[in-house]
Amino acid sequence: MLNSRKPSEKIVDMTNVILLALIALTMLFPFYYMFVVSFATYEEFVKTDLLLFPKTWVLDAYEYILGSKEFIRSLGVTIYVTVVGTLVSLMLTAMMAYALSRNILGQKFYVFLVLFTFVFGAGMIPTYMIVQATGLMDSLWALIIPGAISSFNLIVMRQFFMGLPMDLTEAAIIDGANDLQIFSKIILPLSKPALAAFGLFYAVGIWNSYFTALLYLSDPAKWTVQVVLRQIVILNQGNLLDAGMQAGMDNPPPAETVGMAAILIATIPILIVYPFLQKHFAKGVMLGSVKE
Amino acid sequence: MEDLQRTPELIGDLNTNVTIQPKKSILKRMWKERYLYLLLLPGLLYFIIYRYIPMAGNIIAFQDFSAFQGFFNSEWVGLKHFRTIFEDQEVIRVLWNTLSLSFLQIIFAFPISIILAIMLNEVRSSIYKRVIQSIVYLPHFLSWVVVIGIVTILLKSDGIVNKIIGSAFGMEPIAFLQDPSWFMPLVILEVIWKESGWGTIIFLAALSGISPSLYEAAAVDGANRWQQIWHITLPALKSTIIILLILRLGSVLDVGFEQIYLMLTPFTMEVGNVLDTFVYLKGIQNSDFSFATAVGLFKSVIGLILIVGANRLAKRFGDQGVY
Repeated sequence: MLNSRKPSEKIVDMTNVILLALIALTMLFPFYYMFVVSFATYEEFVKTDLLLFPKTWVLDAYEYILGSKEFIRSLGVTIYVTVVGTLVSLMLTAMMAYALSRNILGQKFYVFLVLFTFVFGAGMIPTYMIVQATGLMDSLWALIIPGAISSFNLIVMRQFFMGLPMDLTEAAIIDGANDLQIFSKIILPLSKPALAAFGLFYAVGIWNSYFTALLYLSDPAKWTVQVVLRQIVILNQGNLLDAGMQAGMDNPPPAETVGMAAILIATIPILIVYPFLQKHFAKGVMLGSVKE
Repeated sequence: MEDLQRTPELIGDLNTNVTIQPKKSILKRMWKERYLYLLLLPGLLYFIIYRYIPMAGNIIAFQDFSAFQGFFNSEWVGLKHFRTIFEDQEVIRVLWNTLSLSFLQIIFAFPISIILAIMLNEVRSSIYKRVIQSIVYLPHFLSWVVVIGIVTILLKSDGIVNKIIGSAFGMEPIAFLQDPSWFMPLVILEVIWKESGWGTIIFLAALSGISPSLYEAAAVDGANRWQQIWHITLPALKSTIIILLILRLGSVLDVGFEQIYLMLTPFTMEVGNVLDTFVYLKGIQNSDFSFATAVGLFKSVIGLILIVGANRLAKRFGDQGVY
């Protein structure tokens, strides 16, 4: 079949392959560039227009940024919020999704309550005031609770639970198990891969979120890594005064290389989980488009 | 199936088609389902407290809310703030910015996902296709802070882009990030870079449903690649494109808050301030709660009308609609 293609067809194929490679390159180039520059020396960075491969590789930028107490603290805060937040979100979503996957009294009404939030959002200011009224202001819980359940994930997970085979559940009922036992002993273990997928999506969302921290946290000691990144890279504010002293450097490395090192460090967790994410997301997107 | 029929009481609560029972058994049923309600409760409380009470909190849009007087004692002012929306030059400009950005995204970013999906669909080698997919999906998972951080570093006055146009064309550095005329193009380019790969997923799913025999038959009849794309691939995408386009129109007042907020500088405020950032700046930073809430509510109501209307429209096109 392939050999029987006309030459003109082959040209179309080749052009397509090359164009796609170029597109992929524009996606990858920023990472490559940041990676090499974050290891470059100051002199080489300043002298070269397009630095594609440094002659000497140094760790100055990393020593500098990892010497900053503020940056390290923000990483710690973000890891903490991501881990706790993912567990809370996953638990709340799974419990509610399972209850709504069963034919309980008022099921339709509760599902409607969830679906309605897709088409009508409460708005930023009233939500802000509720977060304030429930005492979450300036607490790390403000990054976890107000967005704990994603309506979309809830509906998709409910769909997933409804698709699970019922025989095990029925057998457990005959054996006298109650719904809590069925949920924790049968449904959750059966759903581990799906829960892992939802957990990853929640985790990436929390790790990447900037808006909630901007809105609800004013204490710099509680800033997440995204907030600190913005300070360093976008606002270019040298609030890392502690860093140079920590690293014991006379000449701090240029802001660019430090910024790139910081961006890469904050992105590494995403890159690590990306292969796992990829395994699941196409499925999730498709499941989500399944209608009620 | 026969086994199930022999134990009707046991499967009663599993079966969706339970026969309607007399009223007194509602309590019995609730008691039977008590553990399921226990599982439902935390989530339900979450929805009530953080999703529905704030919806009710929108009433402050009809008040001159002051934190000292609270929800119940603040003065009621009726539609005063909504009238201001249509009189305030700033709101009108912000609305215009929002719509411009939204339509520019629909015109420039939306078709790129379609083109990319068709290109990926034409790739013969499945390994190559998967590698490219893995790469183009990746930016979707980066935070906006990271994406705009990268853009900032690359486009600074002494950044790589300005260095190159300086040494290659001898041009003066361009202030990409401060120049208002660059604001919208940059926002669109960022959206294209970050989301166009991810946007292909739904089109690729639609394309995977095309039977290869259609292409083979077309090839036998002498159709070239362009003719195959035009007569087989594009028609297969038609209903997906229409649905997504209508959905997008339904959320035309939404342009990502984080992206815009992070891109805004005092120089670009004039062209870049959109509804969401306006609500944030007015409400949170200036503490003008009632007016900001009115603008937010205005946006939510228009959004609701657009989505319901869009769904009606989608159903007209012979599809099942979106919900």
